[in-house]
Amino acid sequence: MPIASRDFRELRLEGVGRDFGQHHALRDVNLTVRRGEFVALLGPSGCGKSTALNCISGLLQPTDGTIWLDGKRLDEVGPEDRGFGMVFQNYALFPHMTVRRNVGFGLVTQRRPKAEIERRVDEALALVRLETQSDKLPGQLSGGQQQRVAIARAIVVEPPLVLMDEPLSNLDAKLRLEMRAEIRRIHTMLGCSTIYVTHDQEEALSLADRIMVMIDGLPRQIGTPEELYARPASADVAEFMGYRNLVPSSAVMAGTRVGVTVSGARILGTPMATVAARAMVAIRPDDLRPTADGPITALVEIAEYHGRDFYAVARGTEGEELYFRSDRRIATGETVRLTAAPDRVLVYPA
Amino acid sequence: MSATHLSLRRRLRERGLDGVTLLVLPGVVFVLALFIYPFVYGLVLSFQPKEGGWLANYQKFFSDPFLYDTIWLTLQIAVPATLLNTVLSVPVALRVRLMKRQKLLTTILVIPITLGTVLVAEGLLTYLGPRGWLNRVLLEFGIADSPVRLIHNYWGVMLSMVISGFPFTFLLTLSYVTGIDPALEQAGAMLGARSRQRFFRILLPLLAPGLAITLALAFVQAFTVFPSAVLLGAPAGPTRVISIVAYQAAFEQYDYPLASAIAMLMAGVQVLIIVALLGARTLVFRGPVSTGKG
Repeated sequence: MPIASRDFRELRLEGVGRDFGQHHALRDVNLTVRRGEFVALLGPSGCGKSTALNCISGLLQPTDGTIWLDGKRLDEVGPEDRGFGMVFQNYALFPHMTVRRNVGFGLVTQRRPKAEIERRVDEALALVRLETQSDKLPGQLSGGQQQRVAIARAIVVEPPLVLMDEPLSNLDAKLRLEMRAEIRRIHTMLGCSTIYVTHDQEEALSLADRIMVMIDGLPRQIGTPEELYARPASADVAEFMGYRNLVPSSAVMAGTRVGVTVSGARILGTPMATVAARAMVAIRPDDLRPTADGPITALVEIAEYHGRDFYAVARGTEGEELYFRSDRRIATGETVRLTAAPDRVLVYPA
Repeated sequence: MSATHLSLRRRLRERGLDGVTLLVLPGVVFVLALFIYPFVYGLVLSFQPKEGGWLANYQKFFSDPFLYDTIWLTLQIAVPATLLNTVLSVPVALRVRLMKRQKLLTTILVIPITLGTVLVAEGLLTYLGPRGWLNRVLLEFGIADSPVRLIHNYWGVMLSMVISGFPFTFLLTLSYVTGIDPALEQAGAMLGARSRQRFFRILLPLLAPGLAITLALAFVQAFTVFPSAVLLGAPAGPTRVISIVAYQAAFEQYDYPLASAIAMLMAGVQVLIIVALLGARTLVFRGPVSTGKG
């Protein structure tokens, strides 16, 4: 019988780390996940987010730190006894079992009565809208349907915590959007906690209540999607959160603002920490707009039509690449004048 | 005219037949010359006995217990050896799959294959003989009162069959085992299945088709045992296997038709067992062992 019960209060990671030989894949993870919360672990590939998930699942033993479920120490318990649900990147459906038997697997290992298994499998299949496919083998299903089976299999045991490891990365763009909404719907409906690993910041922003951004095995920032989107804690988190314009600059404090130089032009920005003489300026492409009299001059090198607007790459006077969006038509070879609101120009220590 | 010519060519190509297909010819010639021809020749020869009607060789074989008992004797060696090698290879392969120095261990296990049966037999004769290392140690430490007999009997042959047959089944099984996505076992563990349940509910059903093939190939190898039965066994008694009888018929009595008939019977037994094995395979799952789409 799994040790975890549905009405836990929180899952706590205290100083969790994992080494592979000399390599520190994961360090100093301190994270508390409350019941009902949807937490995304976000980071580029190789940042340790899957390692962190596997430490929580029990498939990997942490080399440092402890994991607690309320008062129970979890990191010494095997994955079989944690009772968490897990959705794998490649779904990991049992190819020799029908959809029904795949979904019922966790209940069979719990030795539930047959009638109860039947009823709960039916409920889970209804929840993922796969009632009609129950007698097929996984190989006969589409990628999206396989994904739904994987989710049904993970939730049918009513786990307190569902772990998802890049569950949408094998799906095509349209299906990914559909399944994203589906995952959120199921999460809300079940009231379980979800930990969701992804490298897609848009996915994390739209799904999660809180996001932990990881870079090089180290958690860099934990916050709500709004906090991460608007106020990244450091320049590399900013880069990962879509601040494509990262320009090194000199910096001069001017009251609550800070004066920086981008493409030879003096503009005002918001200091995100105590800034010394050297700084890193971060601006989203959406916040850098072409205007008639913008201070920053740049020569357009690439212009892409994106339907609603244009996305362009321009070369600044100091040779820096500047990415921006524009509502009006932008042509290659054109000289543009760009501007950004001081609130949306984030200045980090270099 | 040229249109019909073209369409014939295209039709052939759609069925996978084009110029490249001709490259198959040398292989076909090879198989015809070295397998089909001798087989048909032997089959015909077996129906042309030195004396008596066309079935005389087969009648002779099945009326003489000294001859027909060899089928039973050979099965008594081949079936346990096959089962033992295959069953043993599964846990070893499952363990080796997780090892870092897989190559080294695989190399060590494969060496017996390269040595050949005769060299292994020589080694066993010296090592297990009445004055060999094993018996000297056993006697020295008083574990046995008299030398343990492990050669020139059933057990000598069986040992040799395990030593030379195991690496073969192991390599085959290892390739089947590594073909199973490790995430499947992890998924099983996450759903509360312990290692025993994971083995019987997930791994074994997925391995079964591969194990059937392994059993079939290992059985064919074991059923035709000859050198170790002669060198390590008691070729006049308990390990008088069917290939020895065929050899004696051909090269001691110079009765080629009878030898051919015995060879045909060997083939018949092998086909029966293999058909049974592969038939049993269809009772379990036969699809791909992974469902990932990309």
